Amino acid sequence: MEFSAPQIAHEVLWPAYVVFGAALLGVLAEAFLPRGRRFGGQVVIAALGIVGGLVGTVMVAMDLPSVGPDDVTAYGVTTVGDTVAVDGPTLFLWGLVLLLGLGGVGLFAERRLESGLSAFAGQAAALPGTEAERKASTEGLDHTEVYPLLLFALAGMMLFPAANDLLTLFVALEVLSLPLYLLCGLARRRRLLSQEAAMKYFLLGAFSSGFVIYGIALVYGFAGSMSYAAVAEAVRAGESGSVLMLTGLGMITVGMLFKVGAVPFHAWTPDVYQGAPTAVTAFMSAATKVAAFGATLRLFYVAFGGERWSWQPMLWIVAILTMLVGAVLAVSQQDVKRMLAYSSIAHTGFLLTGVIGLRDSVELGGAEITSLQAVLFYLVTYAFATLGSFALVSVVRDDSGEVTALSRWAGLGRRSPVVASVFALFLLSMAGIPLTAGFVGKWSVFAVAVSAGAWPVVVVALASSMIAVYFYVRVILLMYFTADPDPTKAGSTDVGVGGDAALAGASPSSGSQPERGTITVTSPTRVADEVRVETPSLATVVVIAVCAGVVLLLGIVPGPVLDLAGSVGTFIR
Amino acid sequence: MTFLPMAASGGEVPVVEPIAATGAFSLMWLLIALPLAGAVVLLLGGRATDRWGHLLGTATSFASFGLGVYLFVEMLGLGEEERQHGLRLFDWITAGSFTVGFDLLLDPLSILFVLLITGVGSLIHLYSIGYMAHDERRRRFFAYLNLFVAAMLMLVLAGDFLGVFLGWEGVGLASYLLIGFWQHKPSAAAAAKKAFVINRVGDMGLSLAIMLMFVTFGTSSFAGVSAVAGEASETTLTIIGLLLLLGACGKSAQVPLQAWLLDAMEGPTPVSALIHAATMVTAGVYLVVRANFIFENAPVAQTVVVVVACVTLIWGAVIGCARDDIKKVLAGSTMSQIGYMMLGAGLGVAGYAYAIFHLITHGFFKANMFLGAGSVMHGMDDEVDMRRYGALRRAMPVTFITFGLGYLAIIGFPFFSGFFSKDRIIETALLENPVAGVAALIGAGVTGFYMTRLMLMTYFTNKRWAEQAHPHESPAVMTVPLVVLATLSVVGGVLILGDWIKYWLAPVVGEAEEHSTPVPPIVFSIVITVVVAIGVALAVFLVGRRDVPREAPSDVSPLTRAARADLYGDAINEGLVVGPGRVLVESVTVTDAKVVDGLVEGTSYGIGGLSGRLRRFQNGFVRSYAAAVLLGVLLVVGALLVVTLA
Repeated sequence: MEFSAPQIAHEVLWPAYVVFGAALLGVLAEAFLPRGRRFGGQVVIAALGIVGGLVGTVMVAMDLPSVGPDDVTAYGVTTVGDTVAVDGPTLFLWGLVLLLGLGGVGLFAERRLESGLSAFAGQAAALPGTEAERKASTEGLDHTEVYPLLLFALAGMMLFPAANDLLTLFVALEVLSLPLYLLCGLARRRRLLSQEAAMKYFLLGAFSSGFVIYGIALVYGFAGSMSYAAVAEAVRAGESGSVLMLTGLGMITVGMLFKVGAVPFHAWTPDVYQGAPTAVTAFMSAATKVAAFGATLRLFYVAFGGERWSWQPMLWIVAILTMLVGAVLAVSQQDVKRMLAYSSIAHTGFLLTGVIGLRDSVELGGAEITSLQAVLFYLVTYAFATLGSFALVSVVRDDSGEVTALSRWAGLGRRSPVVASVFALFLLSMAGIPLTAGFVGKWSVFAVAVSAGAWPVVVVALASSMIAVYFYVRVILLMYFTADPDPTKAGSTDVGVGGDAALAGASPSSGSQPERGTITVTSPTRVADEVRVETPSLATVVVIAVCAGVVLLLGIVPGPVLDLAGSVGTFIR
Repeated sequence: MTFLPMAASGGEVPVVEPIAATGAFSLMWLLIALPLAGAVVLLLGGRATDRWGHLLGTATSFASFGLGVYLFVEMLGLGEEERQHGLRLFDWITAGSFTVGFDLLLDPLSILFVLLITGVGSLIHLYSIGYMAHDERRRRFFAYLNLFVAAMLMLVLAGDFLGVFLGWEGVGLASYLLIGFWQHKPSAAAAAKKAFVINRVGDMGLSLAIMLMFVTFGTSSFAGVSAVAGEASETTLTIIGLLLLLGACGKSAQVPLQAWLLDAMEGPTPVSALIHAATMVTAGVYLVVRANFIFENAPVAQTVVVVVACVTLIWGAVIGCARDDIKKVLAGSTMSQIGYMMLGAGLGVAGYAYAIFHLITHGFFKANMFLGAGSVMHGMDDEVDMRRYGALRRAMPVTFITFGLGYLAIIGFPFFSGFFSKDRIIETALLENPVAGVAALIGAGVTGFYMTRLMLMTYFTNKRWAEQAHPHESPAVMTVPLVVLATLSVVGGVLILGDWIKYWLAPVVGEAEEHSTPVPPIVFSIVITVVVAIGVALAVFLVGRRDVPREAPSDVSPLTRAARADLYGDAINEGLVVGPGRVLVESVTVTDAKVVDGLVEGTSYGIGGLSGRLRRFQNGFVRSYAAAVLLGVLLVVGALLVVTLA
């Protein structure tokens, strides 16, 4: 048997090399730098690696060759034996995840809130509640491995949307997931909740990966190849509705939908978002969704575009379920991180609405927004609002760490007008109120879906965004118009029925149900703790400020970014 | 008898073709910016602005009014062709050749609204200085009022439906904040929430309509849509029209989305006057009139507007008859009067101008009466029950006289403003659509009844005051606006002299062909006046001649009971919207908690065999999540196969 070494276009892949190389360098630094200098060293390596990747992405984007027939705008090259496609959408997504990664590094590096320590466990291997843990914390240990982990995840996220071959898709999926599983379990506070989250995420992730690989096998059986181009060819040539192919597609889809947190694969989202360290949640909720939607789009548009009459109805159902469940369940949340988690589920549904809007280029009028463009733009608006809002959650604290019980956010507007108003801005954007980024994003995905005839989905989408407005505005009102919480009648306010998930989370019970955090532990001394907004380090402030700026700017002048998302062209085939 | 409009529209539907604003008109953005700046300063300024905040708020509103008057005068001096001024502040959304601008449009229709909003708004700001003098959150109140004025101006000045939507959401927010302003009252918080929820239903209609316009026309600007509206299929236009109507129903408290308005009276009285009587609730009428290029091409949607309007105008009037709370009587009356405006708007070209005319006169006399009611409450320790009033005409002479003038205007006493505006609508209705005309005529009689009842119970009859009540006249800062508004209620009819308003609005809404009426117009006026007189006489006979009991009698006819319960509007909403909504939330929550989570302490929820089987996975959290994933796989693969193979 003969092997021919594939051609590798290093000149377009080098931004990914930089990030990946920085990750490896980080591992080495962990081994060889003295403990005292690791933090600084790791932050510098991570930041430089990402900035290098960003610069590279821009440089590659500058001279991307145009390909394909004249009537379709597309730029890019496929390389490594056609398994990786570096094209316009890929580079857009690279830029976006790298920016989010940079934000993630900024949040990871936050050491001011925990008085000189990071938000990560001193020694992850030490069992909670043991002498070893106490020792790790008194000695001020810190896990600086989180930076290489973040970089590895980031490298996976770059490969994921570029994957042009089913096996590469799977490898990228694992590369991005494994570091995230680890990161989720590294919280310094509420460690049981964090470890439980990591475990759940890992088990369910592994479970869904199993479906992906099985689906890949089935599709291979159908097409005789892993490459998207060959699959697309087989789909076009073969008779429509092959059971083998459809079952395979369905199973691969499961893995994608799991990563983006679509219903009914959403169950992990609230638990993991709540349990993971907030900095990790911020990074993961924004960047993973960006990467996973990129990969999903390419999978559906390139490999299975010819079969879209089969998969669109399925996505209709999933999108409708996702929006409704996300929005409806968010209404009853008492914990701000869980509320944001359900809100992110609802956003997945809105994004899927945009994915449904796929049409042939011949159907499109020249002036119309394409589905890809709308989804990419929505991803930008969603990602920055989410990153920013989770970052803000991390600065609202009391003596026992972050305060995530919504009832205790009451009156925040009076005590810290800046934090409350920026948070309100993020919420309004997520709610899609005009003059924020979210409005334009929603408007564009809905418009493409209606154009593609998916108006029932859009009706549901509007209904769920109306429901969603309700719970976003409720939080704003809580911050501004509800008196400071009075511990004796915490249950009497409109929103704060019951208790304090922060404390409930601290009560160790495996399979503890954060949803029912409301039931428990209300020790009066703890509740009386002052909720305060602490001043974070400069990095966190910058991250929040940039996110707020993006959200505001894109609401008022979305044109440039919308144009950019439009000018990336289509996926190359 | 037919319910369809008899005559097709006369003449062409005008196209919105604004000329680029120059000179003073390019300052139209200031109309919005002034009150908006006031709101921002007051909200961000914090306590530092407590002392002079209310003055700033009032000043910005008056400044905006002054500019509005100036622009109006300028516009009067221009020819008919030059009265539509467009201003693009910036490109809002651009993507390739596709652009949505942040457009403003000042034309004969919007300038009238500008004058009404800023004029009445300024008077109400002034009044509020006195009314809210003892409220420690007065600055915040003025900030919200300014916010409201800015949003409302955005709504009427937008040159694009998307801009209208922006203002629409803004006034909804301001209304919500103001209804719930006295948040210490649970009833106020509940009312605010109710208004919010019901309005979301309407907003959904509006956003869907805009979406559909984008799909159909590729634009949502008035100019763009009006230019090509005639070319779209009638089905599409009908759907757009019905969706717009749904939006209008939510904002304008029309049946079936009317239930929030009565509860909204929990807000401070100036709010009821400004937002829930004079301006915001008329936004629906504005929307229908503005979208005339849609409705003219969608006769079915127009007919639905007429039906909704007729039902509402009777519905509101009946509620007004049975309520004892003075503000709720006025709220029912507002619903009913907006029904008249909607009726006018639904009648098409023949009625648009009269709808707007009635909207303006109603803005005067209803604001006047609400502020009058506020003045009464002010003097009576915030008592709102008319069964605790009586014989107040001596104690509050200015309030009484101004209120009385408003009363004469609303019942349509000859030569008061309401006489002209309501007569025109009823007359047009009788000619265009006799069924609706008769409904409107009956409504006028009922209006005469309930308004007379209100007057008698408040200002005449025996004293039924609470023991500690010492009614007194309100301070000048409150009575001056009353006097101004009362004057306007009397003379507001001048707008119709020589059919001025009809010609003024003709460039926007088109001009109806002159019908030759079968009988001289004076006959209509006489008939209407007689019907009203019967209503008034009935009230005098039933209420004025007897002693009014201090407690509402409970042995009343089923009809009265129904009217007291707002004709079971809440029950209907409960059954149709709230109930199913709650069931949905609960069932989804339960499904998530009990089925998906699986592990639940109480496993007694009987939600069918599926969940029963799922509950066997109770020995671990992740496992039941995994089960959900597995089910999802079946769903996804099943959906793919069913769609393709079925």
